[in-house]
Amino acid sequence: MTDQACCDRSRRQFLGRMSQFLGVIGLTALSVPFLSSWWPSAKTRDQGAPIEVDLSELPPGGLITVPWRGKPIWILRRTQEELAAIATPDPNLRDPMSIESDQPSNMQNAHRSLRPDILVLVALCTHLGCIPNYQPQAGSVKKKWKGGFYCPCHGSTYDLAGRVFKGVPAPLNLAVPPYLFLGPNKLLIGHE
Amino acid sequence: MMNFKHVSQWFDERLPIVAHTIHHLTSYSAPKNLNFWYYFGSFALLMFVNQFITGLWLAMFYKPMAEHAFHSVETIMRDVSYGWLIRYMHSTGASFFFIVVYMHMVRGLLYGSYKRPRELLWIVGCLLLVLLIMEAFMGYLLPWGQMSYWGAQVITSLFEAIPYIGPSVALFIRGDYTISDVVLNRFFALHVVAIPFAFAGLILLHIIALHSVGSNNPDGIEIKDNLDAKGVPLDSVPFHPYYTIKDLFGVSVLLTLFFAVVFYMPEGGGLFLEAPNFEEANPMATPEHISPVWYMTPYYAILRAVPDKLLGVIAMGASLLVWFLLPWLDRNPVKSIRYRGWPHKVALMCLGISFVGLGILGMQHPSPVKTMLARIFALVYFLFFITLPIYSRYEKTKPVPQRLTSH
Repeated sequence: MTDQACCDRSRRQFLGRMSQFLGVIGLTALSVPFLSSWWPSAKTRDQGAPIEVDLSELPPGGLITVPWRGKPIWILRRTQEELAAIATPDPNLRDPMSIESDQPSNMQNAHRSLRPDILVLVALCTHLGCIPNYQPQAGSVKKKWKGGFYCPCHGSTYDLAGRVFKGVPAPLNLAVPPYLFLGPNKLLIGHE
Repeated sequence: MMNFKHVSQWFDERLPIVAHTIHHLTSYSAPKNLNFWYYFGSFALLMFVNQFITGLWLAMFYKPMAEHAFHSVETIMRDVSYGWLIRYMHSTGASFFFIVVYMHMVRGLLYGSYKRPRELLWIVGCLLLVLLIMEAFMGYLLPWGQMSYWGAQVITSLFEAIPYIGPSVALFIRGDYTISDVVLNRFFALHVVAIPFAFAGLILLHIIALHSVGSNNPDGIEIKDNLDAKGVPLDSVPFHPYYTIKDLFGVSVLLTLFFAVVFYMPEGGGLFLEAPNFEEANPMATPEHISPVWYMTPYYAILRAVPDKLLGVIAMGASLLVWFLLPWLDRNPVKSIRYRGWPHKVALMCLGISFVGLGILGMQHPSPVKTMLARIFALVYFLFFITLPIYSRYEKTKPVPQRLTSH
């Protein structure tokens, strides 16, 4: 086609732009199902439903691990001495008041739990998701160790409320999953 | 009688692939002084073909389901005829692919192959490196061993470091609250379809870019500056038969080494196949020590060297992405190390030492001394890129010859 005024150029330009615009909207809309399919499916969400745990067999100082949403969840029944130890927070804690950390709002307290003795934690290091070790013995990790959790992957340390110490790679306290008590010895983990 | 010439002419008039092949093999004028370092490009292509074919065959026997994956790999190893050979060719091929690609990059660094006019060639190469790392990472999950599982757990956790949207990004990538069957399925799809397809496309772009600007050479001068009457560079030879024969010899040496590993040490002393991966994935128990396969340990060591999670992730990303900027960071017009000054030689040496040092440290359990060493090496690694734009301007270089030195 020659460059002469065969037609209304601005009209053509407008129609061209509009087609491009609609094309982009169409492609964006088309990408929604493809991208949405990557979110957890109904089945996955169903398998991530809350679980009930019975605590009647758990002695003071004892720790059990239960799987929830494929993650290991710790339930620890702390002794009176351990509770006394965490009541006065160590000055080397990075986030002693759990301000930046992940826990339900009603558990943002000194013991990081609903009931002071029962501690429920997601047992994945907040650094890169390894499972830390439970080290309740004083001095078992290093000198002046008062008991807590030690991650063998990159050396992160936490106290017995899952609060992270300074100078380790983990940025946050261990996460507390949502849970509630169905009875004095019955927990429902995962209830939002 | 129709002879071959007629057939090929009939074909070329309709679909000029024969002419193109001839154009890119026979008429591609390559510098005549290409040395040992120039083997690695064709080696990389060979490794891609190896991974593609053995991978296709593995996909015929492998089951991408958490329940069956580990056992289907055992079946491949024990029951499928020659399954062990195909799998070891694939696993050894992954490590060889990285060896060859790293050597290919060393060549680019030594002779300044990233410089004008080859910046896009270099960038496509960097993209290929990133894709290769992604491909290797996703492939490593598939055997569903302990290291597969926890390696994927560690790497997908990296996304959680992104402020605000991090946990959602990680959830989106995994499609589950943790590494599970869902992730295995999508990594399988990406590993066998999406990434190889993109990879093949980029290889094509890499070769198109190479053939339009022409190969660099150990002297780092443009052979196109000196043409004969027919417009062919004076210092060139046709790619075929000169370099096809040379590469064929190189390939025979490479394959000897390759199959020595495949047959006699397929685990590569625990480097190519890691011991914890002979145990099935267990979400309730972390292995004693998590480390990626050797080719990713330099980046991993940088990640661990930084005492802050988000900054560590940024440093690790930067250690890879900074390669894309290299053509613009190096301000010196002289390409080859042969004519560069001492500052660049020293800097390249330091870069090499720190990369290898980081690689070794990244495989090991962290200790205060090792963490300090990793920090020093990481610093040296980044200092290379930071100081390069400064010293390369003022560097005293040797005179560059007009023609290739070895006629």
